[in-house]
Amino acid sequence: MLIPHPLLGPRDAQEFTYLGDAALIDRPDGLAADAAERFFDYGYLRDNPPGEHRELWFHEQGDRSWLVVTRNITTHEIVRVELARDVALARGRGR
Amino acid sequence: MRYSGFRIIREALTGHRGWGPAWRDPVPQAAYDYVIVGGGGHGLATAYYLAKTYGKARIAVLEKGWIGSGNAGRNTTIIRSNYLLDGNEPFYELSMQLWEGLEQELNYNAMISQRGILNLCHSDGQRDAYRRRGNAMRLNGVDAELLDRDGVRAMAPFLDFDNARFPIKGGLVQRRAGTARHDAVVWGYARGADRLGVDIIQNCEVTGMRIEGGRILGLETTRGFIGAGKVGVAVAGNSSRVMAMAGMRLPMESHVLQAFVSEGLKPLIPGVITFGAGHFYVSQSDKGGLVFGGDIDGYNSYAQRGNLPVVEDVCEGGMALMPMIGRARLLRIWGGIMDMSMDGSPIIDRTDVDGLYFNGGWCYGGFKATPGSGLCFAHLLATDSPQATAAAMRLDRFRRGLLIDEKGVGNQPNLH
Repeated sequence: MLIPHPLLGPRDAQEFTYLGDAALIDRPDGLAADAAERFFDYGYLRDNPPGEHRELWFHEQGDRSWLVVTRNITTHEIVRVELARDVALARGRGR
Repeated sequence: MRYSGFRIIREALTGHRGWGPAWRDPVPQAAYDYVIVGGGGHGLATAYYLAKTYGKARIAVLEKGWIGSGNAGRNTTIIRSNYLLDGNEPFYELSMQLWEGLEQELNYNAMISQRGILNLCHSDGQRDAYRRRGNAMRLNGVDAELLDRDGVRAMAPFLDFDNARFPIKGGLVQRRAGTARHDAVVWGYARGADRLGVDIIQNCEVTGMRIEGGRILGLETTRGFIGAGKVGVAVAGNSSRVMAMAGMRLPMESHVLQAFVSEGLKPLIPGVITFGAGHFYVSQSDKGGLVFGGDIDGYNSYAQRGNLPVVEDVCEGGMALMPMIGRARLLRIWGGIMDMSMDGSPIIDRTDVDGLYFNGGWCYGGFKATPGSGLCFAHLLATDSPQATAAAMRLDRFRRGLLIDEKGVGNQPNLH
């Protein structure tokens, strides 16, 4: 697979390591009253749908950026690639 | 019809006109007491043991394609019970014992061949880890034997013992392990279940679950609604998709695992051999093909085919272990979709929906578990309590922190 990196252009997927569902960006508040339940959900439960899947890839052997890759996991076609930083900022994460 | 040597001779003398289909092709009834979703090895074994061991009637198995068309037809056929943890090992040993009696039980030639599995170690630390694993197995009453370098050389003289990076220091052997013919396992269970009155309904895909007041009433399928007293789901690879119909999110991701077979060669490899410095395992089929595999590709996939970097990685492992393999030509490569659970171990449990039971999360170790999984799932469906050896395989173990993590890598499915 080639991942079209938003800054570097097409890169071999072998340069990346894979973390999982992009929902992992939304880390729960550890001080919330229901933190235990939310961390169980965050740590263990996944939607795991067929078709389009948003997921986190780390360009470990490249510029060390985290990417949010939208990929059709039924065909392996890559639909969209964004910098995870941009996604996180757009979702209201502080830094 | 019972199969026997006498029967084969009689059929040979009468032009083989007496063989009939091994199982019926029934029209689905309006309702069953038990409906098993998934006509793979696990689903069919569940139906067989429900009928045979627990004496239950009115059972159906629903399969969206043809039986055995999923992972039951896509594995590397290895059977073994060489696990470390108490949550796993007694279960896999139960399964191993069922394998040993399976052909007599089913009156079907599943080509079970106990040629042994040899896990190689390449460092002193790894030898210690294997000694620990072997001791854990023996504490659970399972055969395990630690071989030194000469012992390994006597078993498999063709290995690259003096590889500069991965010298072979010894190995852990389970002599009762081996291989079975994967399709024959499916067909044997299907025939056995059918003879006990189980309806095996192929080309029948479940499209929805009818759940009212927290209780399952039946399944919407491509062949109409089928009522059910209890529903057992055994669809590993697609568990998240099917259980989503009941509003459940599961602790797993679906990943693709590739496997490989070479052209047919003369008898070469005595049993199953695994490389301890990379991920590579190999055995030889009765037709002579080298059957081998390695790691999952490592990203979510429902595609049933993988990418070339893993092909390269697996072949590098093979070359490092037995350089002669480089002369063999590859015949086929295929991919199967694995339920990769969050701790690398399976789940056989009830759900929060009354009458709905779940079996899945087999990662890439489901084939060897087929008989045990069937027996334990049937036990759960019939008695509403877990079979003793599967008691740790609970769905709520993630919430409660009671993981069964053989590799100790935590909630990262692509590392298990």
